[in-house]
Amino acid sequence: MDPDTDIGGPNHRFPATNESAIVRIRSGDQQTRERAFETILISYWKPAYKYIRWKWHASNEDAKDLVQGFFAVALEKNYFAVYDPAKASFQTFLRTCLDAFVSNQQKSNQRLKRGGLSEHLDLDFVSAEDELALQSTSQQLTPEDFFHREWVRSFFTIAVEILRERLSSSNRAVQLKLFEIYDLNDDESSEPVSYAKLAQQFNLDAATVNNYLASARREFRKIVLEKLAEITSTEEEFRNEARSLLGLELK
Amino acid sequence: MKWLSDQKLDHLRRVVSEPDFSGTKYSIVKELGSGGMGSVYLAHDRELDREVAIKILRETDLTDDTKRRMLREAQIIARLEHPGIVPVHDVGEFADGRVYYTMKYVRGSRLDEYAASVTTTGDRLRKFKSVCETVAFAHAHGVVHRDLKPQNIMIGSFGEVLVLDWGIAKLLQNTATIDPEAETLKLRPPRSTEVAIGNTTDGTIIGTRHYMSPEQARGEQIDTRTDVYSLGAVLYFLLTNTAPAVTSQSSFASPRAVDPSISKAADAVCLKAMALERQHRYASAAELTTDVGHLLDAEPVSAYRENILEKTGRGIAKNRFLVLLVLAYLIMRIFFILTARD
Repeated sequence: MDPDTDIGGPNHRFPATNESAIVRIRSGDQQTRERAFETILISYWKPAYKYIRWKWHASNEDAKDLVQGFFAVALEKNYFAVYDPAKASFQTFLRTCLDAFVSNQQKSNQRLKRGGLSEHLDLDFVSAEDELALQSTSQQLTPEDFFHREWVRSFFTIAVEILRERLSSSNRAVQLKLFEIYDLNDDESSEPVSYAKLAQQFNLDAATVNNYLASARREFRKIVLEKLAEITSTEEEFRNEARSLLGLELK
Repeated sequence: MKWLSDQKLDHLRRVVSEPDFSGTKYSIVKELGSGGMGSVYLAHDRELDREVAIKILRETDLTDDTKRRMLREAQIIARLEHPGIVPVHDVGEFADGRVYYTMKYVRGSRLDEYAASVTTTGDRLRKFKSVCETVAFAHAHGVVHRDLKPQNIMIGSFGEVLVLDWGIAKLLQNTATIDPEAETLKLRPPRSTEVAIGNTTDGTIIGTRHYMSPEQARGEQIDTRTDVYSLGAVLYFLLTNTAPAVTSQSSFASPRAVDPSISKAADAVCLKAMALERQHRYASAAELTTDVGHLLDAEPVSAYRENILEKTGRGIAKNRFLVLLVLAYLIMRIFFILTARD
């Protein structure tokens, strides 16, 4: 089967539960737990950092410490293992834990100790800070909406990076380039580029441009759903998060 | 990693959630709306060079059960060949596994939008009668709509009335069966309105609260009189411009309490259709259609017993021209008698 089309039917449903990091975090095997933790960390550290900066008005240094401290303690105490999908989404659970952690830190006025576990968390805070500077602050958002929006942004950014890797490593550089020009073009003011123009630019016919672009989009869709399945624990949660991620306008 | 703006995020979200039309003869134009099971898009059929509405199963509902329900919905509509029901053109499956069906794209306005622009009760009742006729037709073919409301009724550009969204329609159990292998519907006329039908497969209560019958709201077995209640609620909306304010399915203000200018007969028809106990409602949409026709023709309705004064008044109103002619004759006759005596 053409790998591009291998996303339909049963293959597209929520994968076996052992692929979910939320499930694997409860594993008795430490290595499995750590790998699951890393998956969660990659998806959530940046929204958590921005959230602390935005909601708790923390300085960038304090926010760094708090994020590192939060995830370090979460790993050490295996916080995420107690998550119950029947009560809330994992996103809500994590945000609630984060709020409680920051609140406790502020109450006790403790300075988080640097070093220890937090040193293992290699997080690119500079990029997070740069992104915050680029973002519009005029929108009236609730803390929940802000966290969700940043989670969506982080999620899609990761998915785009994986798409780049996959298409590059499978000799589909043209598909990737077309996707970047057509779907990731940052120049909001410019006119959308036409398939005819792309065909001319890449010396292809318009139908091939259409097929290549559809192929890249299918791969992207596949990645998004795979990644989503990784950070949800049940089919119901997967569906709800997919609706929230794909079905609603971002606020 | 490059930062993604809010606009870019929205675009990527659409890229992921929009169906993949490649390999089909359709091109997406825009999304028209979304419901419980899927979304409806305006699409262009490149082969026939025409616009069609295309209903597509939601990305995250790719279970065999929802696929089967979607297919069955298309089959139900396809079987109901009636001017008041949008015809289905085609059924298929996209490369990404989503089931779709295409239907005629109806240009026009929803009944609630139409009601905002049309003020005469007569016009509204005429449209309502067409709705009743369509629903009666569906009932005669063993199908209960279950989600009748002004938002699911379209008035086309030529004034035609179309009942939409048969997504949660149910086939009456003893009137139709689905062959699970062939997915073919076999319909025969219902024998009675007492036919019990089940809930949705997942047991959830579906429909729209203001227009939902008490038994449907309670999740009980429903029959064609469930649609009669919803039709009554639509009539209520057309008479009063407001949806019935049903809070606990126990009572609501009568149309005349909302607007005293509404005739007692129209009030009674509406209240009979919306009776809380189904045995007090019209037994069928066809019976309701008959009474609505009588309202339009200023004939007596089954839902209301007139006194002699009302009967006379209605008779005069209905035969206004004849009455005026007789009166004119009598006045002239008296005039001649008086002038002859002088």
